Amino acid sequence: MRPRLTFWKLTFLFLMAAGVYATVLRFTRGLGASTNLSDQFPWGIWISFDVLCGVMLAAGGFTLTATVHIFNIKRMHSIIRPTILTAFLGYVLVCLALMYDLGKPYNIWHPLIMWNPHSVMFEVAYCVMLYTTVLALEFSPIVLERFKLEKPLKVVRAILIPLVILGVLLSTLHQSSLGTLFLIVPEKMYPLWYSPILPLFFFVSAIAVGLAMTIFESSLSAKHFGLHLELSVLQELGRVLIVVLGMYAILRVEDLANRGVFRLIFQPGYQTYLFWIEVSLALILPLALLLQRRVRNHPQGLYWAAVSVVLGFITNRMNVSITALEAGTGVRYFPKWSELAVTAMIIAGGFAMFGIAVKYLPMFPKEAVSETELGANALPALARAGLEHAGD
Amino acid sequence: MSKALLYDSTMCIGCKQCEQACAEQNKLPYDDNIAGEQFQSEHKFTAVLTRGDKFMRRLCMNCQEPACASVCPVGAIKKTALGPVTYDASKCMGCRYCMVACPFSVPKYEWGKLAPKVRKCTMCPDRVATGKQTACAEICPTGATKFGDRDALLAEAQQRIHDNPDKYVNHVYGMSEVGGTSVFLLSSVPFETFGYRTDISKDPMPMLTYRVLSHIPDFVPLGGMLLGGIWWITHRRDEVALAEALERENREKRGGKQ
Repeated sequence: MRPRLTFWKLTFLFLMAAGVYATVLRFTRGLGASTNLSDQFPWGIWISFDVLCGVMLAAGGFTLTATVHIFNIKRMHSIIRPTILTAFLGYVLVCLALMYDLGKPYNIWHPLIMWNPHSVMFEVAYCVMLYTTVLALEFSPIVLERFKLEKPLKVVRAILIPLVILGVLLSTLHQSSLGTLFLIVPEKMYPLWYSPILPLFFFVSAIAVGLAMTIFESSLSAKHFGLHLELSVLQELGRVLIVVLGMYAILRVEDLANRGVFRLIFQPGYQTYLFWIEVSLALILPLALLLQRRVRNHPQGLYWAAVSVVLGFITNRMNVSITALEAGTGVRYFPKWSELAVTAMIIAGGFAMFGIAVKYLPMFPKEAVSETELGANALPALARAGLEHAGD
Repeated sequence: MSKALLYDSTMCIGCKQCEQACAEQNKLPYDDNIAGEQFQSEHKFTAVLTRGDKFMRRLCMNCQEPACASVCPVGAIKKTALGPVTYDASKCMGCRYCMVACPFSVPKYEWGKLAPKVRKCTMCPDRVATGKQTACAEICPTGATKFGDRDALLAEAQQRIHDNPDKYVNHVYGMSEVGGTSVFLLSSVPFETFGYRTDISKDPMPMLTYRVLSHIPDFVPLGGMLLGGIWWITHRRDEVALAEALERENREKRGGKQ
């Protein structure tokens, strides 16, 4: 156990050091010196990965709060806290990444008083601000419980349902608006990815990734924090995932056919290869895995299907925002080391904060049982596991 | 009255005085090296391109319905009634969506600076507001770049093609591209020779995103109602189950007393 721990610690320290150096470079020498961005290619990996993928990976938050609090499916309650934590951390990190990418980050508050409702970016800015606030409030009971602050806890619990509804609405808007961003550049994008229904694609795939991320982080938490794996709950998420992926696949095929670009998927070339990597990871492989009962009922099978979905839709976001724009504008972009270093530091920081939160905050508390005692027979095992762990 | 520029490349002699006047107007450096640069950049807002003995200017088209202005989250870019598409650096937060969205890839960025600005031709808004011509039109020795009322210039451009159909490509570039621009171009060789796309949309770009955005005011109350309704119905079942359980319990208690 000990040498592996040291290896990860070393990796973490290395990523942090490289990230700090890249940060210094970014804020003392400017975007030109710290990125491979250019007038021909003004958006790079900080937008493609840190923002587009970051928001997508946080989608478990609204997917699961809607499932538990709106649709009242109580057996999902046991995994809601780590999911909200992931979403909250995700949004905090997206805001952090924006501070690197914006040319004048100290003006980030400008949309508060300078309005342009015709701009998708204005919508994005408000969604980021408001939903980060909502997530902070949804996450706050966990911190308030830890410090036994009963009064504010009561206030947050009283407004929980309106808060959840607001969060689901904002997420729907935000996830889809990241697709809407690209609607204005039909001529600059490769036709395999430009589509008038990009907002719908981004929204449906966000739900798929939200479910996959919930399976992924629950499995990881079980493995690394010794928590009991709620397999029956994850299996159910796996079934819903099949339906959502199926819907996405149908939409994607119909869209390609409707726009008359179906032949492009068999035309050899760079874009076609990346299209097939994306579709294989996001749709074909996970559907092939999950549709077999044997795989779906096995923790490892579920885990790898979820990983494939996540990687597939990361590829999708990168294809929309990099591959498609490269093809349409005739330039090549590959991130500079400092762009990669900042991104790696942000990801490593996210993992570290998740670990710290699980260790010091009541992520699987006894209260969760009393909140959901109606029809939640699978809960006590996990709660017990959480309690045992809290003693560490 | 909306103003515009008409550039007739058949009258251009490639003297690049427009480049120099533009640099002076916008307080940008200008020397022989910069004169040799065949592209727009953060220090060169207009470029006279040379292909053989043909010339063509590149500059901001100052669209009638500019994509850059519609996508700017803080409204730093504005289309003025007089024609110029202006930029307010003090509002800009540097998201660079304007650069991505521009169908002509005009806006450039000061990548080397710590407080970078978006740079582009803004059609000399201060001069135009006081009734003057743009700097490039004023200096032009042959009248290749002409400043005037947009409607009159468009009619003149069409008249020139009509009078000399063999001399011109039968197209006023900017008349219908992305819903029309405030810069019109005439050429004797295909516009693609100089990198101008002719397959570009004839509809204003901002509609592509606004079609989606305009649904938000409907979506929020409807979505809120729907989600609230689902919550109300799904939790009603719990209330009923609880009430029934209590009633059963009471009945049993009463039954026990008797």
